[in-house]
Amino acid sequence: MKALKFLIPLVVFLVLAGFCAYALVQNHDPHEVPSPLIDKPAPEFALTRLDQPGQTIRRADLLGKVWMLNVWASWCEACRDEHPYLVEFAKLKALPIYGLDYKDQREPAQAWLAERGNPYDASLFDANGRVGIDFGVYGVPETFIIDKQGVIRFKKIGALTPEVLRDDVLPLLRKLNG
Amino acid sequence: MAEVRRRLLATLLAIVAALPAVAAGASDPAPSAASVAASAAATVKFAAPGARPTAADPALEARMLAITGELRCLVCQNQTIADSHADLAVDLRQEVREMLQKGETPEQIRKYMTDRYGDFVLYRPPLKASTAVLWLGPAVLLAVALLALVVVIRKRARLADDQFEPEPMLDDGTEAVDAPPRPGSLA
Repeated sequence: MKALKFLIPLVVFLVLAGFCAYALVQNHDPHEVPSPLIDKPAPEFALTRLDQPGQTIRRADLLGKVWMLNVWASWCEACRDEHPYLVEFAKLKALPIYGLDYKDQREPAQAWLAERGNPYDASLFDANGRVGIDFGVYGVPETFIIDKQGVIRFKKIGALTPEVLRDDVLPLLRKLNG
Repeated sequence: MAEVRRRLLATLLAIVAALPAVAAGASDPAPSAASVAASAAATVKFAAPGARPTAADPALEARMLAITGELRCLVCQNQTIADSHADLAVDLRQEVREMLQKGETPEQIRKYMTDRYGDFVLYRPPLKASTAVLWLGPAVLLAVALLALVVVIRKRARLADDQFEPEPMLDDGTEAVDAPPRPGSLA
């Protein structure tokens, strides 16, 4: 026992090095904070459609189906990277996709969709960002999957990629619809 | 050699124990809520009359800043909501103003924030199972380091004099430590 005592500093060093390696290797993004909203009911909202200011969509209108909420804005750089994947994904008609146009203006937002394609069944127009705050949005784009009971089951902070859609979203859909 | 190893061990443990304290210092909530409040009050003076009706109440503004000074801005992460110029922080400050005007308590406001962003927004996270290491880790490490220090010192106290390296000698044969500095010497 006494003979092994000189190993203690080495063990301490290895533990520290282990923590450092963990932070480096596992591709951890400190900006991705686990959302407390997972497995909680989606917040209430009542917002007008981006393209039809007269028509309001509420949380209750979307109960009974599994749907996607994708937070985007015409001023958002990362949304430009994400958008082609979302347009492609929408063609699968895997689930209804609703946009949340976050802190935006109607005209540039509609022009943005006209130029890049519109993957959304409808976009909810959240001019002052209040609904975004209720969804805990802090980095656009963000994507939520909400189940038939209106419970948030998945959240992705940052741009969707084909890998996330294939490996996270589609399997979850099969589970929620199956 | 055993002595050297022991000294190394004690030093290492002391460093390990000190690390969390350094980290805590780095992520300390900016203690500037009061100074921000003061500067906000100064800003209000120069604002056009009626431009920002909610900021016209310095007492409300100070309460708002006291609360948001302990909340982390999710966009920049190392600033408080009181300090940050991020859009979201501006919105959240407004939200807090309105909640205060409605008479909500700081506890209700903190719950509003953690419901949306989790404990991560709190610069003083609650003590629970998932944060136990955060709260108790530094104290445990300090205790371990102090224990190691006591063990090393007691062991050394029991050692005979000939176990230690002799003190360096001066030219005249006295020990350097005990000898008064000689005139003209730098020691």
